[in-house]
Amino acid sequence: MASEPNAESGPAGASPWGLALRRLRRNRVALAFGALLVLIVAFVLAAPLWAEQVAETGPNRGHTLEKIEVDGQQREVVDVEGRPIGPVWLGAGGKFFLGADGRLGRDEMVRLMYGGRASLFIGFSATLLTTVLATVLALLAGYYGGWVDSLISRVLDTIWAFPVLLLGIALGIALALGGLKIGPLEIPSGSIWITILIIGGVLVPYMARPLRGTVLSLREKEFVEAAVAGGAGPLRVMFGELLPNLSSTIIVFFTLGIANAMLFEAALSFLGVGVQPPDTSWGSMVGDGFELIGSSPLLTILPGTMIFLTVLSVNVFGDGLRDALDPRSKVLLEAHAGIAEPEGTPI
Amino acid sequence: MAAFAVRRLGSMVAVLFAVSVLTFLVFNVIPAYDPAEEMAGKGAGPQLVQSIREEWGFDESLPQQYLAMMEKVLSGDVISYQGQENVDQRILEGIPATLSLCVGAAVIWMFFGILFGYLSAVRAGGLLDKSLTILAVAGISVPVFWLAAVMLEYLSYKTGIFPAKGYVKLTEDPVEWANHLILPWIAVAVTLVGLYSRVLRSNMLDAMDEGYVRTARAKGLSERRVMTRHVLRNSLIPIVTIFGLDFGALVGGGAILTEKIFSIQGVGFYAVESIENLDLPPIMAITLFGAFFVVLFNALVDIAYAFLDPRVELGSSAR
Repeated sequence: MASEPNAESGPAGASPWGLALRRLRRNRVALAFGALLVLIVAFVLAAPLWAEQVAETGPNRGHTLEKIEVDGQQREVVDVEGRPIGPVWLGAGGKFFLGADGRLGRDEMVRLMYGGRASLFIGFSATLLTTVLATVLALLAGYYGGWVDSLISRVLDTIWAFPVLLLGIALGIALALGGLKIGPLEIPSGSIWITILIIGGVLVPYMARPLRGTVLSLREKEFVEAAVAGGAGPLRVMFGELLPNLSSTIIVFFTLGIANAMLFEAALSFLGVGVQPPDTSWGSMVGDGFELIGSSPLLTILPGTMIFLTVLSVNVFGDGLRDALDPRSKVLLEAHAGIAEPEGTPI
Repeated sequence: MAAFAVRRLGSMVAVLFAVSVLTFLVFNVIPAYDPAEEMAGKGAGPQLVQSIREEWGFDESLPQQYLAMMEKVLSGDVISYQGQENVDQRILEGIPATLSLCVGAAVIWMFFGILFGYLSAVRAGGLLDKSLTILAVAGISVPVFWLAAVMLEYLSYKTGIFPAKGYVKLTEDPVEWANHLILPWIAVAVTLVGLYSRVLRSNMLDAMDEGYVRTARAKGLSERRVMTRHVLRNSLIPIVTIFGLDFGALVGGGAILTEKIFSIQGVGFYAVESIENLDLPPIMAITLFGAFFVVLFNALVDIAYAFLDPRVELGSSAR
């Protein structure tokens, strides 16, 4: 409908999505932070380019005993006392742009770019997993009600009863030690898929509970009754009738969920039970840098700032998206508080 | 009312049971390792592994293993494999520090959360509201370790205004106690201030449309009185609810990152120490401990709610 000629002239004839897009375009703040997010994604995608063409090293390559030429002077990457070189900017032709990361003398800039790939990938994939699981569970619980609802709700309540970071740590340490093996599914310890599964699983109740509430209220609407009367089966009603009506809520939850999943990943990796070395993420970089915070605070503050900026831009853009998709947004706002509730935020 | 409280506590026991089963699964069934070997730690001899296997019943059936684990936890008999300490003892020793952190942070986050939320709602759409909203979103987005690192660098290492790390007991020196805790309190509170002010703002905006607010205005009450006595008061109830839950989660070891960064030897710090040693029994016990607090505060909030608001009981078919 949005493609009809009169769609651009006014609300008449515009689809809900078209209207939402128009509202989003008017929200300059949300768009600005959306652009920042795009920049950050471009930054991490450029990692191999920078690593090969400019820095001429990899994220895990140490340069402990090497010297580099900075503005014509020879300088050690790591000095005799084990202190890493600070930012040299373009002094060495782009090598060690932000200095080295510690005793091992790895290129901080290269690690920052590769670490961001892991952080963003985990945040995105884990939230995708959470969203799919939460949506299916909410549809089943809300549609069937009765014992199905009771069973699903009790399981969600049980997971929800754990302080989220503690449960993540418990799973992280258990799986980091032994890897995961359930039937044909086998994931070796140290794989980032373990971190994705943990975060994606642990956050399910925080999304499924508010979604279930929405399904329950939709279930009573006439259009569902009409579909049932028209002979639609359970699958048809759940995925053909209820799901489309949930879509704007799900999109908002998914966007805001990425912010939370990234904070969660950072916390787990900071504590050493998330991304395992030699792989790196912004969270594990903060953890490594923290040991040198007295002498090289930048090693903690830089990756921390990247997490902050990314999460901030996801949150502001998600907020704008929510306003655009549902201007009344009362239900969603409460649900947002539910998702971002501190139990879901690592402190 | 009493019947409701009893039933609510009954369901609390059921949830705790489910929680303990899930904890058991996490540590003993899901991972693909031999729990006895992992508990013994690296470089342990086969005898130690065998004795752990027998002591925890790892060679028996799963229900029996579960019973063995719970018996140890409930009788306060869990021993860490790093240093052979009594885990329950260590958790108890950590509680004063964790409570100091949580109570102080709670005072800050409730005060500023309510203040900012109130100002935002009263001036909705204005410049003050917009600035406070930006601050709130930034607060929600800031990773606690970034905030802590920046505060440590600029307020402690560079300027020496606050001591960098450590915990001083309240009974030893109250001034130093507070001085050491100011930065950690702020670190914990910032996210929650952002969240609470947003929730309160939206609650108040909803309440302003209610009939009783119109009535209060029609009675000729001053705008300030309408806002504080009617709108704010009714909007605070949900805030108190989430406060109970958040506080329970924090006391139950939720402030792990802050305790680690500022070296506050509380329950969360013990958890981090155990992670670094790959010491499983303490982590298992702390996980149960944390869940216990969340479930307990959840039940307390529900019961308090039923006392405050009679409709809740009717709504849950209590008779």
